[in-house]
Amino acid sequence: MTISLVRPLRAAWRRLTSMRTALVLLFLLAVAAVPGSLLPQRPLNPSATRAYLSAHGGWGRFLDALGLFDVFGSPWFAAIYLLLFVSLVGCLVPRIRVHARALRRAPLPAPKNLDRLPESARFETADPPDRSAAAARAVLGRRWRVMQRPEEDGAITLSAEKGYSRETGNLIFHVSLLAALVLIAIGRLYTYEGNRIVVQGHGFCNVVSQYDSWKPGRFAAEGRISPAPFCMDVSRFSATYTASGEPSQFRADVQYQPTVRAPLQPATIEVNHPLRLEGDRVYLISHGFAPEVTIRMPDGSVKHDLEAFVPTDASTLLSEGAFKEQGPVGKKQDVGISGFFAPTPVDEGNGIISSASPRVDHPVLGLIVYVGDLNYTGLAQSVYSLDTTKMHKLGMVNLRVGQTKAFADGVSVRFDGWRAWAGLQVSHDPAQGYLLIAAVLMVAGLLLSLGVRRRRVWLRLTPAIAGTADSPTVVAVGGLARSDSGNFTAEFADLLERLRSAGRPAHEALVGAGRE
Amino acid sequence: MTVAGIDGSAAHLSDTLFTTAIAVYALAMVGYTAEYAFGRRGRVAATAVPVRQRQLIGAGGPPVSEAAVPPQLPARGSGADRVGRGAVLLTVLGLVIHTASIGVRAVAVDAVPWSNMYEFASVAGLVGVLAFLGVLWKSPSIRHLGGFVLLPVVLMMFLAGTVLYSRAQPLVPALQSYWLAIHVTLAAVSEGAFMTSAVLTLLFLAKKRQDRVGGNGRLATLAARLPATQTLDKVAYRIVAFAFPLYTVAIICGAIWAEAAWGRYWGWDPKETWAFIVWVVYACYLHARATAGWRVRAASWINLLGFCAITFNFLVVNIVVSGLHSYAGLS
Repeated sequence: MTISLVRPLRAAWRRLTSMRTALVLLFLLAVAAVPGSLLPQRPLNPSATRAYLSAHGGWGRFLDALGLFDVFGSPWFAAIYLLLFVSLVGCLVPRIRVHARALRRAPLPAPKNLDRLPESARFETADPPDRSAAAARAVLGRRWRVMQRPEEDGAITLSAEKGYSRETGNLIFHVSLLAALVLIAIGRLYTYEGNRIVVQGHGFCNVVSQYDSWKPGRFAAEGRISPAPFCMDVSRFSATYTASGEPSQFRADVQYQPTVRAPLQPATIEVNHPLRLEGDRVYLISHGFAPEVTIRMPDGSVKHDLEAFVPTDASTLLSEGAFKEQGPVGKKQDVGISGFFAPTPVDEGNGIISSASPRVDHPVLGLIVYVGDLNYTGLAQSVYSLDTTKMHKLGMVNLRVGQTKAFADGVSVRFDGWRAWAGLQVSHDPAQGYLLIAAVLMVAGLLLSLGVRRRRVWLRLTPAIAGTADSPTVVAVGGLARSDSGNFTAEFADLLERLRSAGRPAHEALVGAGRE
Repeated sequence: MTVAGIDGSAAHLSDTLFTTAIAVYALAMVGYTAEYAFGRRGRVAATAVPVRQRQLIGAGGPPVSEAAVPPQLPARGSGADRVGRGAVLLTVLGLVIHTASIGVRAVAVDAVPWSNMYEFASVAGLVGVLAFLGVLWKSPSIRHLGGFVLLPVVLMMFLAGTVLYSRAQPLVPALQSYWLAIHVTLAAVSEGAFMTSAVLTLLFLAKKRQDRVGGNGRLATLAARLPATQTLDKVAYRIVAFAFPLYTVAIICGAIWAEAAWGRYWGWDPKETWAFIVWVVYACYLHARATAGWRVRAASWINLLGFCAITFNFLVVNIVVSGLHSYAGLS
């Protein structure tokens, strides 16, 4: 029973580890990646994915069932690369064994007829065979591995081989590739990524509950990783623009504590220059404005509020957001304000304000003010929008800094000013440093395996006059290129010239004798 | 000055130089094509094999079989020769003007000038011309093939100057990094090399077909003047063997930069995905070439497929698909 199973299994294993299968799998991997670039991907862009799904109905659901909106997390993509991984291991293990043996083994004995090799030549020298063998070994130098063997008729053969590091490089590349894949997988388990909007003058700590969004890897999600206990305040955010409104620099000056009890340290975070802490990196990802208002409530109390608004237009930073103020419970005296912030306002003619530039120049805060019940049902509400189902509108107004507008029910709103906010991202991936090492090794292996020239050369040194101690020598040389790179014909010619000029030139008569 | 931080007159000069370079290349292309079409036949087996050395060792050895057809240019001073020489001169002139255009643009934007599609295409074209001149330096016998290299270069530069053109602008913060110079230069050089390999592969397939089918139509006459299939294939392979590690380093540098700029080294951004696809396809090509039993022609098609993927990554991904690499400069 077991024997009948072993044979098909072994055949399947051989097929999986064959180069042909590896090629097909590689090709499949490339093809499988294509939809991942053409369809919106849920992990990268959830809103575009939702929009695509709702626009394409049944077709969209069909694609979704196939996993085409998360190609790189789908089981079939994983199946391809896991098969490739296994195929690679199955191919590498025997190759490493073979190469280790080849490294220890002496170069192969010379074939009988060197003239049959792709490159071959003959010349004569006045030196006897043993001396010309020594001269040839000196010419070959240390780059060639040389084995000298005597033959029965008094001839000497030299077997020379070089370029072992080609296969070494090839194996280094593939082993590093495997290591890189393993490191990527490990990184995925331990990684986490948190995002937080921090208004200038405020701060946060590296705790899950303080993030606006949190994307953990599996171990982080299971709570097996405790984020580094640092805290950070954004003391200043500045954006610099060119005259035409193109951004030229974003910069966040922060103060941070590497650990809870450590003293505050200043640092600067810019695009392309994250703050690298022990194990975590803090990036400046986005920025925007947080308008500040003073609101008089229907019951006469006064509230100050500062809310981050989200940009709705990336080039002009026209932003939207909301203020939500709770009045006495059950009295329907909550005040809700939905608003927009235009950093450089332009009146589009019909009273509609939009923004001309991301620079702040006499900004306008446009407000629609509601009163009633904010409808806090215990479910999460977006902080940037208002649920107005249980509220009624008091009116709308566009305010400049310092202006106040009074509405009915004793409600009034004052636009006090604004502050910048910085969107910070904290990333954690303990494997990425090792991954870089694996990548560098991959390149080194690749350079060796594509650049090194694998060559075999044999020399047969035959005494021209048999039985004489001091006989001149006929030297036959044959060469074989075992890799495609370089121009072996030219290399062989060059080597031959050096071999020939290493010995004493032979007399014509001797040359004739050697030929007989 | 039209844009702050930009030297307007320098930007304008760069544009003029760019247009001039296209015109000069086009003229050179006409020259090469004329030499190719009207030059003497029989350079068929002209290859990079150094014939002199073969003959040198031939003295005491077996007769030299391959050196029957030495690499030859048209007879010195003949009409075709003069046209060919003129074309090379024009190419060098075009190269000088082209380099000046890129240099002046660099002065205008005060940064490495390859941050959008127009600039990238210009640099990639320069790499293509440089690669051709480099090969020409080593083996002058391929001179009549210059038109095949300049045609895609001129087309790409024309496309760059019209459809892909964008004004000189200062770099946005995300691009203000020395990785821009490293990552994009490596990508441009390796992709330019892949393009040269693809052109040779096309010529290889044409020649292969002509060898198989024969025929004596006009196209067959043109194909007869190509170098031997083995030579074309070998050079195409060697170029990939040179460009592949370079492309690998370009991707790795991109990942290092992405880690600093976007917070992760790899995120399956469309550009990243297509770089991955290109890498995998050329890896397939190298494996197919290394595997005994695979026909060389099948491997050639993989090479062409790889270049199609590069073209897709450059044109479609930049213009149609939106992602983090959206620096095309088109709006």
